[in-house]
Amino acid sequence: MSAPTLPLNSAAAATREAAAHAIEFQDVHIEFEDHEVLRGVSFCLPFGETKALFGVAGSGKSTILKLALGLLKPDSGRILVLGKDVTETPEEDLFALRAKIGMVFQESALFDSLTVRENVAYRLIEEQGFADAVIEQRVLEALRFVELEHTIDKFPSELSGGMRRRVAIARAIITQPEVILYDSPTGGLDPITSNTIIELIMKQRDVYHTSSLLVSHRLQDAFVMATHQFDQRTNQMRALPRGQFCDVLMSFLMLRDGKVIFDGDVRQLAHSKDEYIKEYIS
Amino acid sequence: MELISPTEFAKQKVLAVQDYTLMTAQSVANLFRKPVYFADIIQQADLIGVGSLPIVILSGFFTGAVLAVQSANTLQRFGSITLIGQLVSLSMVRELGPVLTGLMVAGRNASGMASELGSMVVTEQIDAMRALGTDPMKKLVAPRVVATVFMLFFLTILSDLVGLAGGLFVSKILLNLDARQYWSNAWQSLVFQDVFMGLVKPVMFGFIIATVGCYYGMTARGGTQGVGRATTQAVVAASVLIVVVDLFVTQFLMNVLKYK
Repeated sequence: MSAPTLPLNSAAAATREAAAHAIEFQDVHIEFEDHEVLRGVSFCLPFGETKALFGVAGSGKSTILKLALGLLKPDSGRILVLGKDVTETPEEDLFALRAKIGMVFQESALFDSLTVRENVAYRLIEEQGFADAVIEQRVLEALRFVELEHTIDKFPSELSGGMRRRVAIARAIITQPEVILYDSPTGGLDPITSNTIIELIMKQRDVYHTSSLLVSHRLQDAFVMATHQFDQRTNQMRALPRGQFCDVLMSFLMLRDGKVIFDGDVRQLAHSKDEYIKEYIS
Repeated sequence: MELISPTEFAKQKVLAVQDYTLMTAQSVANLFRKPVYFADIIQQADLIGVGSLPIVILSGFFTGAVLAVQSANTLQRFGSITLIGQLVSLSMVRELGPVLTGLMVAGRNASGMASELGSMVVTEQIDAMRALGTDPMKKLVAPRVVATVFMLFFLTILSDLVGLAGGLFVSKILLNLDARQYWSNAWQSLVFQDVFMGLVKPVMFGFIIATVGCYYGMTARGGTQGVGRATTQAVVAASVLIVVVDLFVTQFLMNVLKYK
């Protein structure tokens, strides 16, 4: 994988000074049809860190991502994203904030009537003010990042599940957002493709220091991210020696019955005394 | 099938009306807010307007023709067969042109909008659009509303014209009437009120078709089955609304325009 020259966002530094955390949930509650999905969820995502969210199906992991983006509103509690309270902000004003956040949806959610080029360039086209040549260059860089330059003129329906997921990542990173939210990016994929995607997420974390929330069902993916680092010289991930696991900005958050039962790093997770967590990671 | 209480049913309906009203208000307000998606408006105008041309022309022509056939018999009994042009033109311009064109476009486009937007909802494309910083109400709903209102207006004029041509065809070929007399009769019987009424209706019907189609699409739930249900409901609701609104608009305009 060759490292692209994706432009760094100069506004990111200013945001990091202004806000304490990239994302902060404060006692968030939400229910759907009389079923309380989140019951007082609180956590912080520091800048530059990747936090993996775990929990059984229906535990509210994807809901947390949608809440962070302001796609859903909580019943109570506060959510601060890049220092802005998304629970108080009206939809109209959220669009500017969302421009600083990338999202990779569970099923990719690519626009099926647009080509890969148009999908990846969508944000730049919508923002306007970019010359066609600039857009083309940025699209190629983003697609090079995910190694899918050759698919530029294809439609999403012509791609495999793994390729669609990688195009979704390219679409999310094209503007170098300050935060990226990944909703089960490796769900339903074969181990080799999953590994490629995890490597891309790791690259985003270690090369561009992007803060991110990663929802996953595959514990091994998060463990790989916690025990490996992306090496820019070799353009590959490499395993860290046992004592250096804490060098990477990676943490874990586990949900159970709508509550956070664990929030910590890989060492704390591995040494947890909680029976449920032990069973989950075994 | 699960039975729900009448109170719950009534609540759901009131909530649906509230959501629909909010969406229509927002779609109107978005016409005056930036960004305005001109390219999408043109694309929708092409899909809705140009795409509906064949069915509008066919239905308009044969409606005018059958109107002439049906009324010829009655008019002949009273010795007023020469008034056939007047009857066809008034019926087409005031009533049948706008309503039939509205129903045809509703059948074709309200369903299309509901299924397209519904599919986007269930595959999270609408959420993705919001996540990418685009307001789907501005990008998807507003262009469809503008394009449908604009194109239905012109489609109705076209339908009126081909309806008159259909009447002429029957008068000339089957009834052996003079074509010039038919046209002058049809033309001269129309007054400002008739034309005004015939052109106000498509604006309202176009608004109904687009907002109902978009509403059912944007509120579709439950996968492909839900999209199918939304599509059917959109066509039914839009068609019924057109017929109901037609009665009230006609009565209202007759009072306002002081029809004798």
